[in-house]
Amino acid sequence: MRSIHSFIKILAVCTLLTVVVPLTGGEHRSEAFSNQVIQKGAVGDDVIELQARLEHLGYYKGKVDGVFGWGTYWALRNFQQKFGLPVDGIAGSKTKQKLAKASKYDAKSVKSRMYKGNTAAKKAPQSKVTASNVPKGFSKNDIQLMSNAVHGEARGEPYIGQVAVAAVIINRMQSSSFPSTISGVIFEPRAFTAVADGQIWLTPNETSKKAVLDALNGWDPTGNAIYYFNPDTATSAWIWSRPQIKRIGKHIFCK
Amino acid sequence: MLRGIIIAVLSIAVVGTGYWGYQEHKEKNAILVNAENTYQRAFHDLTYQMDLLHDKIGTSLAMNSKTSLSPALAEVWRITSEAHNDVGQLPLTLLPFNKTEEFLADIGEFTYRTAVRDLDKNPLSDKEYQNLQSLYKQSADIQKDLRQVQHLVLKNNLRWMDVELALASGKENADNTIIDGFKTVEKTVEGFSENNFGPTEIGMRKKDERFRDLKGPKISQERAVEIAKKYSPYGSKAEIRVTKNGKGSDYGFYSIDVKSPEHKAESTIDITEKGGYPIWFIVSRELGNQKLSLNEAGNRAVAFVKENKFEDFELFESFQFDSVGIFTFVGSKNGVRIYPDTFKVKVALDNGGIIGFSGEDYLKSHHERNNLKPSITVEEAMSKVNPNVKIMDKGLAVILSKLNKEVLCHEFTGTMGKDTYRIFVNAETGEEEQVEKLDNVEPNF
Repeated sequence: MRSIHSFIKILAVCTLLTVVVPLTGGEHRSEAFSNQVIQKGAVGDDVIELQARLEHLGYYKGKVDGVFGWGTYWALRNFQQKFGLPVDGIAGSKTKQKLAKASKYDAKSVKSRMYKGNTAAKKAPQSKVTASNVPKGFSKNDIQLMSNAVHGEARGEPYIGQVAVAAVIINRMQSSSFPSTISGVIFEPRAFTAVADGQIWLTPNETSKKAVLDALNGWDPTGNAIYYFNPDTATSAWIWSRPQIKRIGKHIFCK
Repeated sequence: MLRGIIIAVLSIAVVGTGYWGYQEHKEKNAILVNAENTYQRAFHDLTYQMDLLHDKIGTSLAMNSKTSLSPALAEVWRITSEAHNDVGQLPLTLLPFNKTEEFLADIGEFTYRTAVRDLDKNPLSDKEYQNLQSLYKQSADIQKDLRQVQHLVLKNNLRWMDVELALASGKENADNTIIDGFKTVEKTVEGFSENNFGPTEIGMRKKDERFRDLKGPKISQERAVEIAKKYSPYGSKAEIRVTKNGKGSDYGFYSIDVKSPEHKAESTIDITEKGGYPIWFIVSRELGNQKLSLNEAGNRAVAFVKENKFEDFELFESFQFDSVGIFTFVGSKNGVRIYPDTFKVKVALDNGGIIGFSGEDYLKSHHERNNLKPSITVEEAMSKVNPNVKIMDKGLAVILSKLNKEVLCHEFTGTMGKDTYRIFVNAETGEEEQVEKLDNVEPNF
């Protein structure tokens, strides 16, 4: 009888332990970062936490938006310097540990503050961050406008053909014989058939957006072409006289 | 009775249709006139700017004092850009008018360079003065031709909408005064000798280096396919298509498409004929959710670059776009950053695969660089930087100057308020060569 009693006691203690220990441990873990190394250019939950913690300590003065930009970078470096860590602007395990010890992070309140008045986050609750990286020198509206043009011009083409059309727009921007802005190039009269017949105002799909991003990030499948045409439908005789570089899908790209 | 009603209804219908048709007709005309007016404005503005251009070049020729010459040249530069803007608004894209546009860009480039130069220290050379004189003559020729077109347009009430229609129907060779006029202008410009500015002086026009420094023998098509297989997801069922570059390309390359149904991926890669170097490749497939951190993906990118025997580089920047990491590398020699030697690697964050590479700039500009010793010290260079900028980082770097020449600079990264700047101070002359505001994050709307 006694032995059963003590056995039950031990069992109770054991179950209590097994329940409580991982709970506290788990809670502790969910409060702090995941185990990834966070560096400049990163996007996501860990960056939100990093920014919020740095803000809590007074190092970060920008908006908590989930994108690791220059503001976050300098804040992190200042933190590392003050806390005697190697100053590299990268949140590795040591930096994260010190940061987690020194600061508090309440995910719920930070996020409710973040999404307040942000229509994009309301529309798509799965998008956790409220900002995004853009290629240098271009805005998101530029990307949108180009996606429209690429979708209107080349939606039936293979992916690489869509990147190529976007690359031609950029090459024209840099050429001295064309306007020097994205809108100038796209809306130049008679430059693109999709603009002339209104197909540019179709809603672009994700593929054309990806193609535009690749082109803006420096991929040029055309070998520096500034013209292209569809040999089956081209009406201009002059376009055939341009030196041809290569053919991608239905389009021939030329100088 | 019924007949009467039917007649009444029908006549109302006829009158109504007529009225509706008339309204439509009026609206269509209004829109046509509106479009026509936009063209007319751009055209007449263009001829006006060309008049002005000629005059301003003329006055700057007569100027003697340096203090008035600089603003005059800057004015010419501004006018060329206005004229260029006007050309961009006319339906001339399919007309051979690019020589004229290049001519405008050349004047702009030439005057910009001389306008921003310190003419006290470095006055116009005899050659540059001659250039200016020949520009004066040439702009007179263009002005004359354009005025002729303008005169005919005004006299005969010509409409640009007709040009648009002629071009759209592919009948540009039909008799059309405006098109003919612009072709005359183009011929005149073609007549100007090409070597106006001398080869070393033209900067802004993208220099075509044609992969001059590439080593190695020409490779065969079979070899190119072998190289391509190294970079593309490739299976037993893969479909491969190879094409050689067209005649218009400045350099020889093979383009290889690989369609792999097993990997549900399509990839394309361009490989130089000389030496068999990959110029760029893209692997296109559906991407899953992010599993790798940007940092891990960066390590994969570095490993990939090392495997492919790139030398003297450093990982410069990394950015995450959805499930993709883009990594920019720049050259690095004895701690000096070589910005022109840049290449990019794209890594999928779902499985860490390398799904893109772009090395055209690197292949074009990579060569041995000697003499990377600054002649002015960091302290001297730092004293040239705006004192309001708090300098956080410094180093040496080679960049392309505005005139497209490689220059050695002291590089400073600093902050002012909330903004971050990268500042390059020429390590020979101490001039501020370039100031960039760094900002790559934009809020979502």
